[in-house]
Order: sequence, then C-alpha cells, then structure tokens
Amino acid sequence: MADAYDKLIFELSSPGRVAWSLAEADVPEADARTLLPEKYLRRAAPELPEVSEFDIVRHYSRLSRMNYGVDTHFYPLGSCTMKYNPRLNEDMARLAGFARLHPHAAEALAQGALQLMHELARDLAEIAGMDAVSLQPAAGAQGELAGVLMIRAYHLSRGEKRTKVLVPDSAHGTNPASTALAGYEVVEVKSLPNGEVDVDALARTLGPDVAAFMITVPNTLGMFEPRIVEITEMCHATGVQVYMDGANLNAILGITRPGDLGFDVCHFNLHKTFTTPHGGGGPGSGPVGVKAHLEPFLPVPVITKDGDAYALDWKRPKSIGKLQAFWGNFGMLVRAYTYIRTMGPEGLRSVSDNAILNANYIMKRLEKDYDVAVPGPCMHECVVSARRQKKLGVTATDIAKRLLDLGFYAPSTYFPMIVEEALMIEPTETEAKETLDQFCDAMIQIAREAETNPAVIHEAPVTTPVRRLDQTRAAREPNLRWTRRA
Amino acid sequence: MVSRYIANTPDEQKRMLGVIGAASLEELLVKIPAKARLARPLGLTPALAETDLIRHVTALAARNADADSHVCFMGAGSYDHYVPSPINHMISRGEFFTAYTPYQPEASQGTLRSIYEYQTMIAELTGMDVANASIYDGASSLAEAALMAHAVTERGEIVLSRAVNPLYKRVTATYCEGPSLRLRDVGAPDGVTDLAAAKKVVGPKTAALVVQTPNFYGCLEDVAAAAEIAHAAGALMVVVADPVNLGVLEGPGKLGADIVVGEGQGLGVPMSFGGPNLGVFAAKNELVRRMPGRLVGATVDRDGRRGFVLTLQTREQHIRRAKATSNICTNVALCALMATIYLATLGRDGLVRVGALSTAKAHYAAQRLGAVPGVSLRFAAPFFKEFALKLPKPPERVVSRLAKQGFLAGVPLKTFERSLADCLLVAVTEKRTKTEIDAFAVALEKAVA
Repeated sequence: MADAYDKLIFELSSPGRVAWSLAEADVPEADARTLLPEKYLRRAAPELPEVSEFDIVRHYSRLSRMNYGVDTHFYPLGSCTMKYNPRLNEDMARLAGFARLHPHAAEALAQGALQLMHELARDLAEIAGMDAVSLQPAAGAQGELAGVLMIRAYHLSRGEKRTKVLVPDSAHGTNPASTALAGYEVVEVKSLPNGEVDVDALARTLGPDVAAFMITVPNTLGMFEPRIVEITEMCHATGVQVYMDGANLNAILGITRPGDLGFDVCHFNLHKTFTTPHGGGGPGSGPVGVKAHLEPFLPVPVITKDGDAYALDWKRPKSIGKLQAFWGNFGMLVRAYTYIRTMGPEGLRSVSDNAILNANYIMKRLEKDYDVAVPGPCMHECVVSARRQKKLGVTATDIAKRLLDLGFYAPSTYFPMIVEEALMIEPTETEAKETLDQFCDAMIQIAREAETNPAVIHEAPVTTPVRRLDQTRAAREPNLRWTRRA
Repeated sequence: MVSRYIANTPDEQKRMLGVIGAASLEELLVKIPAKARLARPLGLTPALAETDLIRHVTALAARNADADSHVCFMGAGSYDHYVPSPINHMISRGEFFTAYTPYQPEASQGTLRSIYEYQTMIAELTGMDVANASIYDGASSLAEAALMAHAVTERGEIVLSRAVNPLYKRVTATYCEGPSLRLRDVGAPDGVTDLAAAKKVVGPKTAALVVQTPNFYGCLEDVAAAAEIAHAAGALMVVVADPVNLGVLEGPGKLGADIVVGEGQGLGVPMSFGGPNLGVFAAKNELVRRMPGRLVGATVDRDGRRGFVLTLQTREQHIRRAKATSNICTNVALCALMATIYLATLGRDGLVRVGALSTAKAHYAAQRLGAVPGVSLRFAAPFFKEFALKLPKPPERVVSRLAKQGFLAGVPLKTFERSLADCLLVAVTEKRTKTEIDAFAVALEKAVA
C-alpha cells in the first residue's frame, strides 16, 4: 500500500483543541441566549471535531495523497478533457477584486467583473458561432436544462406544443435526464454500428411532435458526424431545433463551429475545454449559447453594454428565468477568460490540432492489441473495446484497475454504452508524446498480461491506498455518515 | 505558434504523424465536410504574454468595490465570513483540485473521504440523517427539493413563504416549469411567514411547504409550527437554512424538517461575485433513495480495510438516464471540501462562537443604525445576523454615497419586494468590529441627512 493512513477528521478529535482564531466580542451584549428567544437556539453543541490547525493541514495533505489528479498522473478520462489547469488562472480568480466581490454589488461598483463576463460571453459566442451566450448555468447539465427550456419556450411562443426530444443511444446520461426534467418525453435514437447517426431512422422519427434533437459533436466515439449539416437541415425542415452537447468542444476550436453546422443551441463546459479545474467533481461552469431566434429566452439577467457601461438586464419578459441565485460560477469565468486571453485564436486552434494528434497517436499505437471501436482518424478521443480481453476473462474494469497500479488514472469505462467493454481515452493536448508512449506501453503490457498472467490484472490494484471496494455492500447497507462508536 | 500549455514540438508532431501514417494534421480532419470548416481564424483578441495578461486582468479586478477595499455589510444570500487560511492552501493541492469525480474509488480515496466527512458534518448541523455531496448553490438545492417533494408525494403544488429568498424562488420556478408544478405564495407582512395564512393554503395538493430561517429579511421563523402545518396536510417540510448559523440556531431537522437545503458559502467559500457557491442538501433517511446528487458511503476493500465509494448510484443520470432523480452530474466538490476544512477548523466551539459573535454584532449594529435620525428597523421580529432598515432616502442612493466612504452598506430591497422599496438589508458577520459599526452609523447619518 502506498499510504496506510486511515483516519477521518473526527477520529483525530481531542476535546479542547482549537484550530480557529476569533477575537473576543467588542460589543456590549454578546450572549446569543439573551439576544434570541430560547426556542430558536440549538440545544446540544454540534458534534464537530476539535483539532489543531496543524492536525488539519496534515490530515488533508494526507488525504490529498490518496488521490490521483492531473497534476500527479496522466488522467485519460474520456469525455472529461482532463487537461493541465494553468496556475495563472488560479492567481487571477483569487484577486480580491474578484474573489471578495459581493454578488449584489451595485453595477457601478462591479464594472470590471461585468466587463469580464461580457467579453467572455462574446468570445464564447465567436468560438461556437452563436449569437448570444448566457454564463449562468453552473455545469454542463444545467446548461442542457437551460437550452432545452429555451427551446420549449420558443416552440410555445409560436403556439406549437411539441412533446418529444430525440437523443441518440450514445449520449451522455445528462442529455436524457435534463430533457426529461424539462418536461419532454425522451425518444432514444439508435446509432449505426459505427456510432454515427442513422440518418434514415432519424428522418422517420422527425415530425411535428418533436421539439428538438440533441447530439454530441464529435460524438461519444470520438468521431466527427460526417452528415451533420444535412442532419441539422433535415431537423429544421420539420421545425425541430438542434442542440449540441458541447462536452467535446476541445476537438473543434477554430476548425468548425456549432453555429455554422446549423445548431440552434450548444453548451460549453468551461471545466473541460477552457481549463477550469475539475475540483474532484466540480465546481464546473456550463454557459449556453444560442442563435438569435432563441435570444429572447435566455436566462436573466443578461449582461449588456451601453457605451463603456456594463449592466444587468432583467427586463426580458420571454426569459426562461433563473438557474442559479446569482450570475454564474464567476470564479470559473475568470479562469476561462484568462485562458482564452492566454491562448488567442491561433493558440486555441493549436489546442484542438494537438488534442486530435494525441488521440490518433494513442489509437494507432493500441490498434493491434485492442479492438478499435471505429476506424480512424478520430478527433480528440478514441474508444477501444476490451472484447478480445474479455474472452480471456479480463474486463474493461480489470484493465482500469491494472492501469492504476501502473501509474495512470483510468479511461472512462463502459461508455459509450453502445460499445462492448468500452475504454474511452482522451489524452488532451497538454500531454507530451513520452507520456502517451508510457501509457500505450502500459496498455499493451496489460493486453499481454491478459494472455499470459491474468491473475496480476485481477489482483489489481495493489499499489493504491485501498484495493477493490465492495460496492454491493455500500449500496445494500448504506453508511453515509460517521458516527462515534459507543 | 508556441504555447506553454501544449507540449508537442513541431518535430514531435512530425514523428507522431509518421507513426499514425498521416502526412499532416490536416489529414486527420478528413471526416469534417469542407463546407463545415471555418475558413478564417477565430475573431478573438490575440494571445497575451503572462505579464501583460496579469496587468489587464488585475486592472479589471481593481474596478470592483470588494470586501477588502470596503467594509462589507452586504448579505442577502452571500456573506463576508471568516475564512481560515489553511482552506485555500489545502484546496490548492493539485491532488484535490485537478482530480475529477471519483469514478475509480481506489485512486480517489482523498476526495471520497473528504466528502464522507462533509456529509457527516452537514447532517450533524442540520439535524438530518443524511446529506448529499452537494448541489450547485442554495437556490438549485431548493429547486431540487421541490422536485423531490413532488416525486415523493406525487402532488403538484409547492407552497413557499414570501420571506424565502426571492432569487431561490425564481430558480425553483424554472425547475418546476417542466413538471408543471404550481408555486403558491404565503405572505410575510411582518417579516415572518404568516402561518395562519399558510394553514389555509397548504392542503391535499401540497407537496411541500417551504420556509427559510433566518429568512430573507434576517428574521427567525417558527419552523416547528410550520412543520406541523405541512405534516397535518401530508406535505413535506422543506427548510432553507444557512449552515454557518447552526452552531447557535437549532438544526431544522430537530424541529420537524424533512428536507433541509441552503447556501453553504458562509463555510469558507469566497463570495466571488456569487459563484461558485455550495448547495447544501440533507434529508431524512427514508427519503434517501429519492435524493438528487451524489452520495459517498463507507464500505470495505478485498482485504477488509475501510474504504469509500460513490453509492446508491442507481438514482443518478449516468445509470438511470431519463428516469434519474435529477440531471445533476458535476456538483461543487471543491467548495464542499472548503466547507469541510472550515467546519473542521472551527470545530464545535468555533462555530458556536461565529454565530454568537455575528448575532451580537448584528444586534449592536441594529441598535446603533436604528438610532440614526430618520432610520428605523423595518420589522420587530427576532432576527439573527441580518435586518432590514427603513431609510428616509432612496436606498440605492445611500448605497452609492456610502461606497464613496468605504462602506458596502447593504442590499436595497426594492427589486425583491416593491413594498420594501425604502428598505436596505444589512448583514453583520463576526468579522465586523465595533469601530467599523460605529463609523458606519456616523456615515449613514450623513448619507441620509
């Protein structure tokens, strides 16, 4: 085991220890019990740990060492774009003028923040070929909800009551979930074996009851949809709006734009394409871009510019409303803005070129030992199947676990669902050739081990702080909080 | 074009293309139809070198009136609380902030353990059985609670007090659009929810009654009485609460809440112009399989060692797709980590101290400011750390005058509640000093004279 540490912060507690520093009261009456009626007051002090500041620092430092992160390990988690998170972005987001700015600061007192948001929205619109962008959604899934609700409001404003949204069977789970949440019946559209949209099947499904077609480009097999322009035209011919899940935007920066492909709506994942850190599971940021006909429905408030003055425009009667209490995950917006200004137009184009190059390099190097899901060239990620290995008793999960032992985080597994034993590999442009080579060597080694020594794979991982965990027990006897043992 | 964030050199690119068997990068793009290609460079500002960019972004930041350059008396959902130094240092460790959702638990025990600690602390503070790993913010947590109450009760109405943060109500309305849930109001004319009116509105169609305590105006609500009304009608009681206050105030779970949601920004998360925030979500045990979002559970590994995993995932979108309890995927794990370290740092006595100091200073400030000629406290109800002041001059103008004196005076209420157009909402945290409050009173007196 790399690290035998097995404490929770509660287990470090020693009555009387403190890690905080608060001044004594400097006002006359400081007893809450005399200021507030008894019935509102807490009867028993909260059971929180009592530790020293150094206990905190050492404990969380130790916990951090139980994680793999992009900083420490190649993290080829497909569809998540685990690229390097520039430190300059972190510095900028922590400037007091941003980090210490209150969300209700009067517009005149927040001009710098509003300017940054206005410019970022404009830049994202240019990158995606959209007419307007709302920065408010907190993550991709919330961007999807906003997008689908705008489509709904648009149809309703035209007196059309459409009830269905089409989603390919290869889609991210959030697509059907967000669509259902927006009140639509989700109709799954079968993909062709190569992951492409079955255009004929789609044509048969389109109709006056369909509100939207939602699709990821490049698709979740890492392939560009060759007939996409035809598809969006076909949809529009029947009044169907087309939504692009922007999860894979890292593949197309400066190469092609959703708006030019005919999409009406697309969302951005700033935590993927635009280097804001993934944080162990967020915060993300999921701005949503629309064509002009959907602009009246954008979430409020919209940031406007009049001369040199920036303002929040709330007077938008057709708006779908609000998604977050405030204006968006601003701290992430500062990071994305900093990144876009760092890269410039040529730099962003080079991001996609190198992301594509890296993915194709991996695919080429693995094609002899794994079944490639779809022949290349791929875009920014590639999907390989472990079906050959499965015949030897080695599954995609087993391969993922063995990779952990060999010093790599695992690709996404079992996604997309239309590929058997899928391993979805996204290297990103920030990785160097030698890292890709090490990873490919490891994958090839595992393919060999599957043939000659599968036990070492089934035993994996053995170098991590814990070995394979009992998921069934966790679900059957949920233990979701710590309690003091009697 | 050389970028410090891209590793491959032109020579390496050439070698890689050689392995792939492509003559150029362009050859890898064959699947993209020519007519779909962008024929020009993106129309963006040219790349800036690091020092130039720092200068530019720093200048933007300097145009904002922040809580370092000004003394902050603003609240209304975001507060200037004490942030212990270790938080930023710990969350800045790359192993935490550059990891993602712990899909491979063996390589994510740090994140999983910290979330388990977080769930424990939030459940403890709110007086509930179980808390999830987080929602985006307080508003979307409330929206998810409304959807969950609808799913549990199969009823179509959500009754909200008018003293719930109006922005939370707007977000809830957005989320309730799809399932066509009806939102109904209960007034709060005296600064607290009119429970007699609530009793009339809550009925057999009600999925949930929602109150916030302290409410949007800072006043304390009688949660136990509200819960009785909700339960008598077979509805769930949903309480919006700020966890940083719960060292002093009773956990809503002990007063009858079925779901507790709230904004956890006060637990060590920077205000950051309103985001990212921390959506707190906690519920009773019997509702756990209906909960939105991620849950971390304890289990054992092959050798019997304690370990942690994402669990009860069959509720979630990546498995249940259109039938998931929520569409949430990425949440705000790093903000939850900030809150965990905050609560570990404050501990049982520190959090009580934060609450006690906030309320003491708020009461002192209310007395000082309420004594300014022409100024009065708008509501007589008991309050915690925030209160509405009725001003003799338009609050917007007072705010802009006081900003010039170095004070962020508060949040004008006009845009939230027309009948309170002459009111300013003032928040006082444990960070404010008597000297600052006294100076604020003097400045306010001049500003309204």
